[in-house]
Amino acid sequence: MTPTYYLLLSALLFTIGVVGVLVRRNAIVVFMCIELMLNAVNLTLVTFARINGELDGQVMAFFVMVVAAAEVVVGLAIIMAIFKSRRSASVDDTNLLKY
Amino acid sequence: MSSMVLAQAAGEVSTGEAVTFWILGPAALAGGLGMIFSRSAVHSALWLVLSMLSLGVLYMVQSAPFLGFTQIIVYTGAVMMLFLFVLMMAGRENADSVVEVLRGQRVLAALFGIGFAGLLVAGVTRALTNVTPAPQLDPNSPTGGGAGGLGRLIFTDYLFGFELTAILLIVAALAGIVLATRDRRNEGAKKTQKELVEARFRGEYKRKTPFPGPGVFATSNSVATPALLPDGRVAPESLSDLIESTTAAQLIAKHERLAVAAEDAKRAEQAKALVSGSSGREGSPGEEEAK
Repeated sequence: MTPTYYLLLSALLFTIGVVGVLVRRNAIVVFMCIELMLNAVNLTLVTFARINGELDGQVMAFFVMVVAAAEVVVGLAIIMAIFKSRRSASVDDTNLLKY
Repeated sequence: MSSMVLAQAAGEVSTGEAVTFWILGPAALAGGLGMIFSRSAVHSALWLVLSMLSLGVLYMVQSAPFLGFTQIIVYTGAVMMLFLFVLMMAGRENADSVVEVLRGQRVLAALFGIGFAGLLVAGVTRALTNVTPAPQLDPNSPTGGGAGGLGRLIFTDYLFGFELTAILLIVAALAGIVLATRDRRNEGAKKTQKELVEARFRGEYKRKTPFPGPGVFATSNSVATPALLPDGRVAPESLSDLIESTTAAQLIAKHERLAVAAEDAKRAEQAKALVSGSSGREGSPGEEEAK
């Protein structure tokens, strides 16, 4: 096997994440699917760093992790705020953004 | 030995790495699929933890040990636990409904997923079949994939981006605080004592004072005991509507009895005074007038 296999694995994981965002209705699970997509991209970055013999890809993966951590904080806080006013975490119930 | 060198030149990975990949790659895929297909959100989170742990070990195998440990500590340790916290507070009880809101959405999404995966896999395979990877970096050397090489890059070439992530983290922490704290000026929020007193004296309530508490006597200390006014009457506001207060009824009856007795005594005294006034005391009309 070659390092390309890692890229194929990450492509499949990214696809799973996309399909999960489309299919699932619970906002928190949708958020987890986004995390899976970010992880797949991180695997791609690490694999490219390895193929090229450089470290830049790893630094980018590191930055992606930081951004993902910040995104999780804000996203989960928004989901909690919606849950407080709607008593539901389903994306179908959040069809009006004005209340 | 020579076959190994040849294999390295052709871009083959070592046997140990291949074994690791063929165990952990399917585990990561199974984690992703399990996350999509499990009905309960908590199960989804646990499947995602499996996927992330496998990916962390795959990073370590690819000479990125620092990223691998960061993945395990930050993602599975911090982020997923945060997810589980929020799940326990918010989304645990509402499992996904089986009803499709948009008809045919799941089938279409599955078709789209298959097409997307085929596209990505075909593109990557075609683009990278003849690529010879560079020799593996040594994670223990200062320029390798360990913390040393990463730190050197972060604090030289990527310093500006690193500062920006620092700002991003601070703003995210502030945003989390702002979104999570309740707005005190909201209606429905509990008023403080000071606001309540001011509202009372502005006349927004019927009474300016709080309701009197129940009375406490040597014979009873229950909430059903009414408070007494200075003249001995029962203060009706101190009685709770919810509690059947026999003590209050007794007290009211006793007070009425006492009032009647006092009235009787007064009347008798008056009659007596009248009688005695008519018979003997002519010289004291002032007393009669004072009454």
